[in-house]
Amino acid sequence: MSKLAILGARIIDPANRLDDIGDVLVEDGKIAGLGRAVFADGLAEDIKTIDANGLILSPGLIDMRVVTGEPGAEHKETLASAGIAAAAGGVTSMVVMPQTNPVIDDISLVDYIMRRGRETSPVKVYAAGALTKGLNNTDMTELGMMAEAGAVMFSNGENAIADTQLMRRIMAYSSTFNALIAHRAYDPYLSKGTCAHESEFASRRGLPAAPALSERIMAERDMALVELTGARYLLDMVSSAETLPAITRAKKRGLDVNVSVSINHLALNELDIGDYRSFAKLDPPLRGEDDRLALLAAVNDGTIDIIVSAHDPRPSGEKRRPFAESAAGAVGLELLLSAGLTLVADEQLDILALLKAVTSNPADLLGLPQGRLNIGAPADLVLINPNTPWVCDADTLSSISRNTPFDERKMQGKAVMTICDGVVVFEDGVG
Amino acid sequence: MHNAHSIIGFSARHLLSVTDLNRIDIDLLLSLGESYLDLSVQKDSKNSVLAGKTLVNLFFENSTRTEKSFELAARRLGAHVINMSIAQSSTSKGETLLDTAATLNAMSPDLLVIRHGASGAPALLAQKVSCAVINAGDGTHEHPTQALLDALCLQQALAQDGRQLDGIRIAICGDIMHSRVARSNIHLLKQLGCEVRLIGPPTLLPTDADRWGVEVFNDMKTGLEGCDAVMMLRLQIERMGGAFVPSKREYFHFYGLDREKLDYARDGAFVMHPGPMNRGVEISSDIADDPEISLVTKQVEAGVAMRMAILYALSLQGGNT
Repeated sequence: MSKLAILGARIIDPANRLDDIGDVLVEDGKIAGLGRAVFADGLAEDIKTIDANGLILSPGLIDMRVVTGEPGAEHKETLASAGIAAAAGGVTSMVVMPQTNPVIDDISLVDYIMRRGRETSPVKVYAAGALTKGLNNTDMTELGMMAEAGAVMFSNGENAIADTQLMRRIMAYSSTFNALIAHRAYDPYLSKGTCAHESEFASRRGLPAAPALSERIMAERDMALVELTGARYLLDMVSSAETLPAITRAKKRGLDVNVSVSINHLALNELDIGDYRSFAKLDPPLRGEDDRLALLAAVNDGTIDIIVSAHDPRPSGEKRRPFAESAAGAVGLELLLSAGLTLVADEQLDILALLKAVTSNPADLLGLPQGRLNIGAPADLVLINPNTPWVCDADTLSSISRNTPFDERKMQGKAVMTICDGVVVFEDGVG
Repeated sequence: MHNAHSIIGFSARHLLSVTDLNRIDIDLLLSLGESYLDLSVQKDSKNSVLAGKTLVNLFFENSTRTEKSFELAARRLGAHVINMSIAQSSTSKGETLLDTAATLNAMSPDLLVIRHGASGAPALLAQKVSCAVINAGDGTHEHPTQALLDALCLQQALAQDGRQLDGIRIAICGDIMHSRVARSNIHLLKQLGCEVRLIGPPTLLPTDADRWGVEVFNDMKTGLEGCDAVMMLRLQIERMGGAFVPSKREYFHFYGLDREKLDYARDGAFVMHPGPMNRGVEISSDIADDPEISLVTKQVEAGVAMRMAILYALSLQGGNT
């Protein structure tokens, strides 16, 4: 019987709309008590205590979009290194995307990811199965058998499925298993060969660019297919203001539509590309400030359900190239929470909306018991100091790859202790 | 002459669809078919009720079983039979269906059996020829003689336990979307008072099938509950590779009939399959070959008897009694 007491924390639990000072008792990896009166009769002597001293205690974060290099490109990131980065960022559950080598398109790969996650990662690892075999955009995968094997969702990686008949069948077929279908919304023809958001900025820089409309066109198509098929759908990483009304309409009509956004698109805009900084080359591309503000508002009002790190490790050899030739993507597991807290400190993002989008909303969507502070739920917790100012230094990140557009940026707030199943997996200066 | 009186009241001129038949027609065909199940009746040369008549088998799609079944039925009734496989004949020379019809009409057949890849082709032909037309399968529309032989076969199997078709629950499983057998069976079985269920993945179910007076399921476990009979359908190989279902393996896992799934149905439920079967895809071999529950071979036997009944009934409609 291992016991842990966290005393005097500001407990924020979006699932239960709780924001109050109190204590938490953890027993055998589960939450056993919570509130002001848990230790009214005093503390047992054998119990380990942590004095939170007013720090925020939240459910550990659930990151629904993590690309790793395992299997196939372990020089970029392993499940172990990603797990360490996650723990350092307050993330206690991560969903691994299928764009590995080989692609996660078979039950044996789903099984491999889950097993390697258990064996090597300090935090929980879940697998997203591919929608098409080898991400080939033509043949549906064994969605049902992968779901039975434990895949928590399905995705086609960065590839959009242009074939509407195929997408219709995938959605219809998956509805039997109530599987969650995540899809990157962009028109592959409109976006082909581009590396930036179509705007005056991109024009001036001479960067081949795709209009935001590319995203909206595919989103509108997908919503129509959801209506036809009754699928559970996740619009994977919305990036433009133009797409948001389509989402609002779909939700009003009662469709099972959810939307995620990457932390990068909430914190940065196209001007962060500056003088062709390829570390700010992302997919979808960074867009205008109007887009960023609209995305923030959509998180605050609940139109956007999920915030993801969009963790995508790239060795510097893939990034230190001319902008158009550079790989897109940034690591984010370690920065998701801090970048979000920085937006909270800047009064751009509501803290409850932020935490909801990284705890209870993803948990509900994936059908996981964590992400909430219920009695009996897994003790996946993060202690947060929201006030620590610090400067991001890419060289100190835990990931094997350290490609981040936040390098040298001033941040405010960070995880100071991360607990997964009652075990402290990260600690940085709690008194 | 064998029971000519028993088909007085038969109303259909052609058999293009199960909907061409009213309940009286269906009962007449089932009872006539039942009498032909007796091989001594079937092979009795005195029953040559089609003597002097000509049947043309006009097959635009390759089919061995159905064509031979019609041929045998017609010969046992004393008819002349001409088999025309157009798949490798006139259409490749540019002749249209209506050209073929005109040519055939000039030969004055009495019965024309047609299989065609396009839904509605037999109906078009029926407008242009002066003999009775029998649909032996058109596109994804209907295969009415298969439905009638299935009903005869199942009726006989149920009768062993003193039961009848009226009131039983039957599940049709698999690729309903592309199945003409399913469409004919749904209509016929409902006419006969059966409760019909459809089970398949959403990608293989026709749109709005729930409006056909059937219950639609995506899950074998709930769909098969309480079923007295299970009718499995063939899944074409080309539909297993990721377009409609991801793989053979996944299809069999969720929709292939094995002992475990059959246990969801009623004890002693009968299993049917129109053939040819994909063993290990839609049906496991041990079920297909189990004489206690599988009616697959009996379906073939019933095929000849039922087609004899159909040919006889339709031949009288020409006014040549």
